[in-house]
Amino acid sequence: MDRRYYFFILGLLVLLTSAGKIMTNFDGFQKPANFPEPVYDMTKNPITKDGFELGRKLFYDPRLSRNNTIGCGTCHIQVAAFTHHGHDVSHGIDDRLGSRNSPPIMNMAWSKAFFWDGGVFHLDLQPLVPITTYAEMDEKMSKVLDKLRQHPDYPGLYKKAFGSEEITSAKTMKALSQFMLMCVSSNSKYDKVMRKEGEKFTKEEEQGYKLFQQKCAGCHAEPFFTDQSFRNNGIAIGRNDDRGRFTITLDTLDAYKFKVPSLRNIDVTAPYMHDGRYYGLDKILDHYRYGVQNTPNLDPLLKQNGQLGIPMTDEEKARIITFLKTLNDPQFLKNPLLAEQEFLLNYDK
Amino acid sequence: MLVLVAGLLLGGANKELSEFDSVKSMSPLFIKFDNIAGTEDLVLNAKQYKNSSGESFSVSQLQYFVSNIKLRRTDGKEYAIKEDDSYFLIQENNPATHLLKLKVPAGDYKQLTFVLGVDSLRNTMNISKRTGVLDPASSMDNGMYWSWNSGYIFFKMEGESSAAPADPTGSHKFRYHIGGFGGYSAPTINNIKTISLDLVKSGIVKPRINKKATISVRADILKAFNATTNLSIATHSSVMFSEFSVNIANNYSKMFTLHRTEN
Repeated sequence: MDRRYYFFILGLLVLLTSAGKIMTNFDGFQKPANFPEPVYDMTKNPITKDGFELGRKLFYDPRLSRNNTIGCGTCHIQVAAFTHHGHDVSHGIDDRLGSRNSPPIMNMAWSKAFFWDGGVFHLDLQPLVPITTYAEMDEKMSKVLDKLRQHPDYPGLYKKAFGSEEITSAKTMKALSQFMLMCVSSNSKYDKVMRKEGEKFTKEEEQGYKLFQQKCAGCHAEPFFTDQSFRNNGIAIGRNDDRGRFTITLDTLDAYKFKVPSLRNIDVTAPYMHDGRYYGLDKILDHYRYGVQNTPNLDPLLKQNGQLGIPMTDEEKARIITFLKTLNDPQFLKNPLLAEQEFLLNYDK
Repeated sequence: MLVLVAGLLLGGANKELSEFDSVKSMSPLFIKFDNIAGTEDLVLNAKQYKNSSGESFSVSQLQYFVSNIKLRRTDGKEYAIKEDDSYFLIQENNPATHLLKLKVPAGDYKQLTFVLGVDSLRNTMNISKRTGVLDPASSMDNGMYWSWNSGYIFFKMEGESSAAPADPTGSHKFRYHIGGFGGYSAPTINNIKTISLDLVKSGIVKPRINKKATISVRADILKAFNATTNLSIATHSSVMFSEFSVNIANNYSKMFTLHRTEN
């Protein structure tokens, strides 16, 4: 064998092994100092290295879909804060389209309700939706479990994670929860400034932060940049007349309300709104400046003193956008612990 | 002395409460569900029936959850089937599901009570408690769970009727998917129905250790169309999670009658 080739292979092996080591570095769930206590009760599903790793494998496994073509990670891409970057509405199996924008998976441990309408009230019940939805993965839970049971690795992985090889819905959902709970975004510049870790806002960022607190924080409350309420933010009613929260509560006062989305990593989660109608941050802010429609249940904060929208100068808008970019969390977006491991380590198995 | 009296009182109270827990005389009690349409037996797809609006229809599927089964003894005391064993999905196309095989303490029972649907507690319980027919791998495969609006579908009836407007596929179908446990964080419709059937007229059931007793219940699907509110397929061909579903739930809560008891 050519010596250079030999060294190349050796080098590649060392690289992969060390990469493997970095990727399995697991410290468990850590509550960031500037975050409150989690909402998810981890005593009912303690996060372990094996449980998390099983959840991660499931998250990226296309076996969760009917024809084994797409996994959770298909529409929830890590570098886009686990959104489907560039897609206005979710794009599922057989090129089917959903009617809502794929939301980010981050800071789920503090989430009280899931989906734009909050129809799911517990993280453990959340993956059932994309797995079984016609326009997403269109699979039956029993089929998913059968596929996992027939797989050479899964029974052993379930045993490591949960003590027995038996593969059940509950274990599958709990493993996925363990992975999602570990998707914590808390190391943006904003966080480091708040935790006084040495970083400082620039003058423009500081001004943007002040303006943000005056004009946006009424709904996008810190530290998650959402108060998790359901509100009508005055975007024009969609052509499909999606009434959002109303579909869950059947309360007419909830019509056209959607969950206030987090603004963390907003720079990489375009397009925006429940149906992905806006492609740029610029468009969003212009919506609040000029585009607010007086539709039923419009949020009172957008209708103050008889004026629709949020008054803002061009300069103020630019400052707010500057501040919003401090919510980018590259550590989260590139954390190898949250990435698909099989691709790097076992892809020719 | 006070402690002793209190102890006796508590002991007495406990004894009454736990009387059923300590019984060693668990006896077989079967409950049979027979789905009918008026005076006829329900036959899927093949037969035509007529509702009170004069609309002809056939039924392609009928499923409903029965849970929280309780039996009242002739002395008034009520026995509740152990919670984890008290959830059943009756499916017309699967005769094995029509017969519920229960165990109750030997005794003479005068009343049967059950919930049509799944109680709110189970609807919000940790996923590890959702086993058997409540397992998402079972209830969802059967189409009896709304994943997008976390909750079980309690009652599902679908079929064909020329009265139904054409759907996007061109079929004339009606679809009734009824659920709603009252909402988790915000209140919404509650279609949980508790049904009590008197056993006295047909004869008190007397399960004994070596002798099973059977209660036969009939469910008349025509009542789902008219027991309290007239349901026209032409005007309501598709009813799922909506205000109108309350009317259908009120209707079907009246569809059960006691057919007979056997000892």
